[in-house]
Amino acid sequence: MKTQVTIAGVTLKNPVMTASGTFGSGMEYAEFVDLDRLGAVVTKGVANVPWPGNPTPRVAEVYGGMLNAIGLQNPGIDVFLERDIPFLKQRDTKVIVNVCGKTVEDYVEVVERLGEEPAVSMLEINVSCPNVKEGAIAFGQKADALFDITREVKRHARQPVIMKLSPNVTDIAEMARAAEAAGADALSLINTITGMKIDIHKRTFALANRTGGMSGPAIKPVAVRMVYQAATAVQIPVIGMGGIGSAEDAIEFLLAGATAVSVGAMNFVNPYTCTEVVEGIERYMEQYHVEDVTDLIGAVRD
Amino acid sequence: MKQKHTAKVLSQREIAPDIFDMWIETPLAADAKPGQFLGVYPRDKSTLLPRPISICEADAARGALRIVYRVAGAGTREFSGYSRGDAISLLGNLGNGFPLEQGAGKKAFLMGGGIGVPPILELARRLEAEKQIVVGYRDGNLFLKEDLERYGRVYAATEDGSAGTKGNVMDAIRENGLEAEVIFACGPMPMLRAIKAYAAERDIPAYISLEEHMACGVGACLGCVVKTKEVHHHSHVPNARICTDGPVFEAKEVQI
Repeated sequence: MKTQVTIAGVTLKNPVMTASGTFGSGMEYAEFVDLDRLGAVVTKGVANVPWPGNPTPRVAEVYGGMLNAIGLQNPGIDVFLERDIPFLKQRDTKVIVNVCGKTVEDYVEVVERLGEEPAVSMLEINVSCPNVKEGAIAFGQKADALFDITREVKRHARQPVIMKLSPNVTDIAEMARAAEAAGADALSLINTITGMKIDIHKRTFALANRTGGMSGPAIKPVAVRMVYQAATAVQIPVIGMGGIGSAEDAIEFLLAGATAVSVGAMNFVNPYTCTEVVEGIERYMEQYHVEDVTDLIGAVRD
Repeated sequence: MKQKHTAKVLSQREIAPDIFDMWIETPLAADAKPGQFLGVYPRDKSTLLPRPISICEADAARGALRIVYRVAGAGTREFSGYSRGDAISLLGNLGNGFPLEQGAGKKAFLMGGGIGVPPILELARRLEAEKQIVVGYRDGNLFLKEDLERYGRVYAATEDGSAGTKGNVMDAIRENGLEAEVIFACGPMPMLRAIKAYAAERDIPAYISLEEHMACGVGACLGCVVKTKEVHHHSHVPNARICTDGPVFEAKEVQI
């Protein structure tokens, strides 16, 4: 049985990775998950300098999911390279670093620093966080802005570049094509869907940031649809995510056209989810006599 | 080592209106520390996240943990319907717990307010100090007061004046003329702010247990942070994770 998938020349032992922001840099979940079992660890977003993030409350539960407005708190690239990379280096898994910034220059600075680090296999560029006021989503909601930042990042990147797309757009296919045209090596989607919750007893917003990004099983159908639309619009690989909590969910994304998948909010619900998804895909392949996992990618078409 | 597992309910009863007292058979009891907490998962898949609930008592010999919690929403409402033999899904043991060594041999206040009283019980059982236990309640439902009396003198305050001092835990300290060299506390934010100010005035350490909306419970999501006075050694920004760097912090280190 062949479970490997290849994205931009990087071969992962299986198509299962973690979704940025839900898994730290792997340390916190290493007590639960053997990181060596994963196709890749995608780290929490890292910026050129430390970001303190948003005020609390930063998280709120909603029906079948959650809202978060962490605001990309991170210790900055220096600490990340000194502390998190050495930890990840020792693991037999690929390392994909999520990069965030407020300006093009911020992104480029981080991308260049990471270019010197051979342990980093790929970069994921976060242009879709709905919870920071400057940068981030501003680059991810207009096709021309997405094109420009993709091209600029590509010009400075030594590793393959994955552009992480926002679902908070009118036409995901247009965004996918813009990133591809600018030279993106792969796409990942969906980031969280902007939402709001109001506490009717206190008559306040549930989140200090008022709005937050929705994740969890409730968003999965939206994510599957968008992955399908993006994957049919471009030639580059698509990494699918949004509410994946089981192998069945993951396989749905593969069939929709994803080359790999990420487990996000469901890590919080079951810290063993990633491993269970890896094992469940293998069982599915046995059950349906699938020799090569890549045979599942985009296997459902008109 | 943290783990998520399915445990078994040994018993449950309502000890005050909407306050439930549950014993759970779990191997997590073996190394549970006072001030640590569990993530308790509802079965209803519309409510996915673990509910942080403090450990009230740990019986290592019997392999059992006790939680005492208030019904606050759909998740805790579900838990309140569990009875003996039911399965309960737990993530534990979470957080750092109270630093017992900081109280050893000293004259200490152990202070709990409302649903912050439960972790004070295991603390009172394990702390080797001259213990003055000061607890505050809304009304005359003085849950866990008798259990606490096994470990020290208990001073109660009630908001409605139906028992003990009328007012809060600070009023109880004043009314009884109490003094301490160190404070351990868990309770609502106004109480913790008052304790922080009291400790600063007297220049004594206060170890307070904080609460915040949480998602992962294991330090990954950065949902449950508290502002810190200095740049924190892990986050490299002035905030710390309540779930893993806390929930117990020295009051002077946090901005509340």
